[in-house]
Amino acid sequence: MENVTGLNGRPIAVSAPAKLSLMQRLYQNKLAFLSLCFIVLLHLVVFLVPLVWPHHPDRIAEIGIHASWSLTHPFGTDELGRDVFARLLHGGQVTLLVGLAAMICSIIIGVLVGAVAGFFGKSIEAVLMRFTEAMMAIPNYFFVLVALTVLGTSPTMVILVIAFTTWMEIARVVYGETLKWKEYEFVEAAIASGATKMRVLLRYVLPQVTPSIIVAATLCIAGAILTESAISYLGLGIQPPTPTWGNMLQNAQQYIWTAPMLGFLPGIAITLIVLAYNFLGDGLRDALDPKNTK
Amino acid sequence: MLRFLLNRAGQSVILLFIVTVITFFLINLAPGGPSGVMRMDASESERQAMIERYGLDDPVVVRYGEWIFNAVQGDFGTSFSSNQPVVERVLERIPYTIELSLFTLALAISIGIVLGVISAIKRGTIADYSINFISVIGLSVPAFWLALMLIQWFSIQLGWLPSSGVGARGENFDLLNWLSHLLLPVLILSTTILPNIVRFTRSSMLEVISQQYIRTVRAKGAGERTVIYVHALRNALIPVITMIGVLIPRLLSGAVITEAIFGWPGIGTLILEAAQSRDYPLVMGVTVIITSVVILSNLIVDLVYSKIDPRVKNIS
Repeated sequence: MENVTGLNGRPIAVSAPAKLSLMQRLYQNKLAFLSLCFIVLLHLVVFLVPLVWPHHPDRIAEIGIHASWSLTHPFGTDELGRDVFARLLHGGQVTLLVGLAAMICSIIIGVLVGAVAGFFGKSIEAVLMRFTEAMMAIPNYFFVLVALTVLGTSPTMVILVIAFTTWMEIARVVYGETLKWKEYEFVEAAIASGATKMRVLLRYVLPQVTPSIIVAATLCIAGAILTESAISYLGLGIQPPTPTWGNMLQNAQQYIWTAPMLGFLPGIAITLIVLAYNFLGDGLRDALDPKNTK
Repeated sequence: MLRFLLNRAGQSVILLFIVTVITFFLINLAPGGPSGVMRMDASESERQAMIERYGLDDPVVVRYGEWIFNAVQGDFGTSFSSNQPVVERVLERIPYTIELSLFTLALAISIGIVLGVISAIKRGTIADYSINFISVIGLSVPAFWLALMLIQWFSIQLGWLPSSGVGARGENFDLLNWLSHLLLPVLILSTTILPNIVRFTRSSMLEVISQQYIRTVRAKGAGERTVIYVHALRNALIPVITMIGVLIPRLLSGAVITEAIFGWPGIGTLILEAAQSRDYPLVMGVTVIITSVVILSNLIVDLVYSKIDPRVKNIS
């Protein structure tokens, strides 16, 4: 990029930064790019390694309980003699899928509520936005506790309850953006040329909102994984023997003396993946920001 | 001013009404709802007695009508598990949560503002990046895991701090003992809101520094310190007040986890006990009362904000 000095002595960028693709912009942010690599790598490990790993997460190994590191069991065995590495991999699958599924549900609700409220206005807007504000006023874990108590703790319910308590932020972002974009000439032109409201919303307004949705989605996965681990701690998450990083951590508490690694590993795994999604979300926000000319 | 106040108060009442509808119908329509509330070991006659006593065979809408009619008069029913009025049980517990929350807010806001301001005025330096990095770590660590690590280190290995409880109260009250019981819970609860305060202060500060009037102050020849501390900081901190409104639900939500770990007898452990014993009038009462606290504090924040920044009134 060639820089030209302007009248005030400050450099002016001459080539348009918009020409850089999203990946190139993301690559400039080392932390976000590293996070993306880590996320991809972790998914590959968690979903592919179990195909070739010899130990089953529920089967008891011959070397007994609380075995320490060895070549065949790199992280040893747990309180029942199960291979910790195999459980971490399978727990990772459940945790990552719960995060992903909760994010998708949350985005669907949030985009639907925000876009419909912003685009159609009037009484629909009033009802939907009051509902959004009411949901935001209930402290999250109170609602999650109540909902999981009466609805049960199957994986589907855990996903739906997490989604149902995290869509409000997305709805507000999409609502604000929709309000802004529906005033633009190209949208008015589409309406004037006879396109149906649904078509205008889907073809002209929502694509403008996509960058905000991508950022929100990334941060939403991070939040969902943390929530899953917190409700597991309270005993209301996905129940054992299905391993998740959250319930492995909860279970490991009792063995904090005899086997501290049991609690350390899933905790580190949760922290790292949530950290990576948060860094990636921040990086995407900068990369997608049209004001950012760096 | 009065119109603004009435308008906002009216909105708050509507919000609270919607919250009661969502919670009541969730509890009562779910498969594990009131019919499952009665303990499994109850005999058929006990079951009948409970159905009659709590009107469980009326339609949900009728029961909601009765509930809201009593609730507006301050009667949230009787707890299933202890036969005490729900309000009484909540009032027993709520001072502990307020104590924990106030200490946490004070700590998190003071540290958060300092770090946020440093981050903004040292923008792009190693200090800025480190503060941002640590903030994101704070957002990403599961609070209970961090708590367990701290308990293991400070309470078990070093034996410096108690691992749970609130310490001696009443006659045996001892300042040092009290503070030592508060320290770990306050630290843990702070991590749930501190990163947000840091980031919000930073962006608010950067926003103000880029304003025209700051450029004018600079052009006038004021020193960097005067620019930052006299002119920029005061205006940058005003929006931080609105942040408190957003933080309070987060704080109370985090209190559920923190109180559970440290055996803190506040409203967070009360909702856990209520949920575990399926004490549904208590669950309903706690949720509605805690949400009223959130809505009321948001109302107060809005009023304070409109007093400090008169531009707000014109917008709403």
